[in-house]
Amino acid sequence: MKPAPFRYADPRSLEEALDVLAADPGAKVLAGGQSLLPLLAMRLAAPATLVDVNRVPGLDAVEVTGDGVRVGALVRHAQLLRHDAAARVQPLLARATANVAHPAIRNRGTTVGSIAHADPSGEMTSVLALTGGSVTVTTAAGRETVGWQDLFVGPLETSLSGGAVVVDAFFPALPERSGTAFAEIARRKGDYAVCGAGVVVTLDADRRVSAVRASYISVGLVPEVHDLTEAVAGKPVDSADWAAAGALARTLVDPDSDIHASADYRRLLVGVLTERTLADAAREAAERTAA
Amino acid sequence: MTTKLFGEPVRRREDARLITGRGRYLDDLGAGALAAAFVRSPHAHARVLDVDVEAALDVEGLVAIYTYEDLSGPMAEPLPVLIPHPQLHAPRTGYPLANGVVNHVGEPVVMVVATDRYVAEDAAERIVVTYEELPVVVGVDAAREARAWVHEDVPDNVAARHHQETGDVEPALAAAPHTLSFTQYIERSACTPLEGKGVLARWDADDGSLRVHSSTQASTSVRAAIAAKLELSLDRVEVIAPDVGGGFGVKIVHPWPEELLVPMAAIRLGREVKWAEDRREHFVSSAHERQQRQEITVGYDDDGRVTALDVHVWHDNGAYTPYGIIVPIVTATQLVGPYVIPVYRVVVESVYTNTVIVTPYRGAGRPQGCYAMERTMDRIADALGLDRADVRRRNLITPDQFPYDHHLTFQDGRPVIYDSGDYPGLLDKLVALVGWDEAEALRADARARGKLLGVGMALYVEGTGPGPYEGGHVQVLGSGKVLVSTGLTSQGQGHETVFAQIVASELGVPIDDVEVHTGDTRRFGYAVGTFASRAAVMSGNAVALAARGVREKAIRIAAEVLEANPEDLEIDEGLVKVKGTPGASVPLRTVAVLSNPLRYAFDEAARQATQFAGPGDDSKPPVAPGDAPGLEHRDYYSPIRSTFASGAHAAVVEIDPRTWEIDVVRYAVVHDCGNVVNPMIVEGQVHGGVAQGVGGALYERMAYDADGQLQNASFMDFLMPYASEVPDVVIDHQETPSPLNPLGIKGAGEAGVIPGTAAIASAIEDATGRRIASMPISPTELYDLMRDETAERTAASQETGVPA
Repeated sequence: MKPAPFRYADPRSLEEALDVLAADPGAKVLAGGQSLLPLLAMRLAAPATLVDVNRVPGLDAVEVTGDGVRVGALVRHAQLLRHDAAARVQPLLARATANVAHPAIRNRGTTVGSIAHADPSGEMTSVLALTGGSVTVTTAAGRETVGWQDLFVGPLETSLSGGAVVVDAFFPALPERSGTAFAEIARRKGDYAVCGAGVVVTLDADRRVSAVRASYISVGLVPEVHDLTEAVAGKPVDSADWAAAGALARTLVDPDSDIHASADYRRLLVGVLTERTLADAAREAAERTAA
Repeated sequence: MTTKLFGEPVRRREDARLITGRGRYLDDLGAGALAAAFVRSPHAHARVLDVDVEAALDVEGLVAIYTYEDLSGPMAEPLPVLIPHPQLHAPRTGYPLANGVVNHVGEPVVMVVATDRYVAEDAAERIVVTYEELPVVVGVDAAREARAWVHEDVPDNVAARHHQETGDVEPALAAAPHTLSFTQYIERSACTPLEGKGVLARWDADDGSLRVHSSTQASTSVRAAIAAKLELSLDRVEVIAPDVGGGFGVKIVHPWPEELLVPMAAIRLGREVKWAEDRREHFVSSAHERQQRQEITVGYDDDGRVTALDVHVWHDNGAYTPYGIIVPIVTATQLVGPYVIPVYRVVVESVYTNTVIVTPYRGAGRPQGCYAMERTMDRIADALGLDRADVRRRNLITPDQFPYDHHLTFQDGRPVIYDSGDYPGLLDKLVALVGWDEAEALRADARARGKLLGVGMALYVEGTGPGPYEGGHVQVLGSGKVLVSTGLTSQGQGHETVFAQIVASELGVPIDDVEVHTGDTRRFGYAVGTFASRAAVMSGNAVALAARGVREKAIRIAAEVLEANPEDLEIDEGLVKVKGTPGASVPLRTVAVLSNPLRYAFDEAARQATQFAGPGDDSKPPVAPGDAPGLEHRDYYSPIRSTFASGAHAAVVEIDPRTWEIDVVRYAVVHDCGNVVNPMIVEGQVHGGVAQGVGGALYERMAYDADGQLQNASFMDFLMPYASEVPDVVIDHQETPSPLNPLGIKGAGEAGVIPGTAAIASAIEDATGRRIASMPISPTELYDLMRDETAERTAASQETGVPA
């Protein structure tokens, strides 16, 4: 379990990093390393060059505005988890990062790196999708914004080219009269979830349900957002049938089986977690829709 | 008065060193040594057609490549069958490097030696081995059906048929008022010590000697194996077990291929060579345990008393049988537990599969035996509508029945005779500790919170401290330091502390003066090893006997110096003194100096001692016949048979009836290991054992697919429980001393793991009303069971209406 030989680049600017990446199609960006280094150690990945961006300035900020939260490429999960201003604008960020692995991994691993890694078992890929987020991608040709729908192609696969650096991820603010919740079930605390669910409930001015969206962890090959509104549309928040939304969710997902859980069991959990998280999210939405 | 250290919760003196990074584990040694890496079989069963090393030869830093063709003499022969047995009729072992056929994924085929491990792996990756795949046998049922064979000359896949009976079981079953029969399964898990195996070897060409460090549980035996296989004289080989980061059984197996190959390379290359096993290697090339299919028929009367028991076990022994049939024998003989079983027959068929070998893992066959017996008790209770605790109580051996002879033959070839115990006492304490009689209230409370609650219990008796022997050496230096040595190794259990406690108590010295050395063949040549819950029993008694020898000599010498009667002397706080006469004393360190008639006054101790030295008797030699210079003694403890520890566990589980998550909310242990040397260490052993028991019941398994590929060979997918998954454990002690050894102690190392699977299965069954006949069980499996209309329901569930 020792990596194959690789070249190591330690650029001090984004331009320098892009140059190294452009020069070597086999290069890979290293940020927190919590997914990449085990892959190297097991020789499941053998990039010719590692471009360690940890010394590139300007990538470690969390910017919070009324529109949302912009998370720099070197922001660690732990930093986002503790970020009160970010949590006020988009509560899903702290709720989801609390479920990312264990403290040691959260201290090192980066939120943007987790997104760029595009693991459907990762929490933050789903959160990006659920919030309708995007990433900022820099290449030698310039900067562009890539929406989450265009980013995730398959498990561990994005639409980005090898020469690109994801410099930040943007999570739009929680809409008004909305609430969120996030929950997951793992075999052991901190493990990749067997199934996880993040939800957003939005009410109208009469505290009736106007929109319900959900996204799941470890369910499907890429993050998806499911609209569950029809199960509870127009119902008063206090009497909406969240179980009906859970039942609807079960019909929309297409999970896989693995050694930890069958597809049927994952579908069961989608229903239960949907129902439970929606009840919590609705309570929050109701509080934020105070008369 | 000297603090009586025996029995006190003395803090582990090794911990400060081990937890602050000052331990010396295998991979901490040998900086600069060459590194070995292995090309291992990617196939579960295949013929090796060709090994092409060409592409590896130009890797910079490559030093050597070895294949089977490079082995000669005893190294080219199969690895030894360590423990042969007449009922092991078809033993098979592998070779240090594969000879023509591989029988499991992970079997070593090529050894690469290079300047470091990175380079060695680079070279290994380039070696091309061509295989012809053969049919694969995975799992005990496939082995039993024998549609394919692991070894072509063992066409039924049966390595051994172990059989014991205490009477004529068939008429006894025919005469029984009731019988029931069932089949159940238990899966594989593994020791998974945090430190894998590892070997470091250094050859001294000048004096033709080999020094080997190995992360082993049996350094003396590794030494003998290396000497035999590499054709060296035993006196030219030293083996040292440094700090060992856990073993749990896997490191008692020897010699591992690497323990022979690394020294072989060191000799051939004339350079230090090291191999430190990585985690994936440990999963696929060390050892596992526990998979069995158990077919049980029991006869019992109206009160639930067992009248006859007939058990047929199919035991998966993996690809080879280097450790003989120890695990099957332990299952067969320990299955009966604390119960009177009037007529018992057991057959264990040990079968080959194309998977990693099966050798003892903490508990070593006992968890399976306990699972068989305890689930039988649960079924009897269910069939008769009786309380599970009551049925157990009616079957227990009572305190007046000791010594109790089961008329079985144990793993050491000695009779299974329980030396002492109080099993009703254990059960009563357990019932009180866990709140067994309040289960209905707990159940109602859980139900109000939307949870299903169940309680389960399991009892066990564990043969511990098998022989043949261990030795101890105690020496008092002129400085007052007391050196203690035993050849038995440590794997982190706290031997430095408990052996020091025993010697300090026996000798009457402060514990800080005592220094303990273990597992070093340079200090102690004769030893067996740390396994089978035997360290405290065997080496504990041996060092006690050695300390008593030193004490006797010290008192004899001091009596002369103090002109006192030896009977009037005592040793306290390192001072030999006349009882009741203040001031009449001589320090033990001075006695140590006086014990050696050659007393050059190199130091203050020797100068001080001269004032006590008498003029000497010209008519006698300075060292009397039969005496020896020095204040030291070596002694051995060899038991007549094993001593039998016992215990009772209970688990309370809560299950979420929507997600089927299983939470152990209370876990109670009543434990009896005779006299306790250090209750803090015993409780630590129990905690660790319970953690592994919970792991084996709810989390861990070896997920082999039909091709023999282990799909979870990492700590990401092999679910060893974290602290967050291990319940708080409440412990109550009972001490029934062993009459078999001087200290009255019994082993405690394995106990905590034994009843976990049985107790948790029972609790889940109680909570769900569904028969649990396959362990471990995960939420996804429980969900499948709950929605299976054909799944068997317990009688209790039908009466009480436990929800579906």
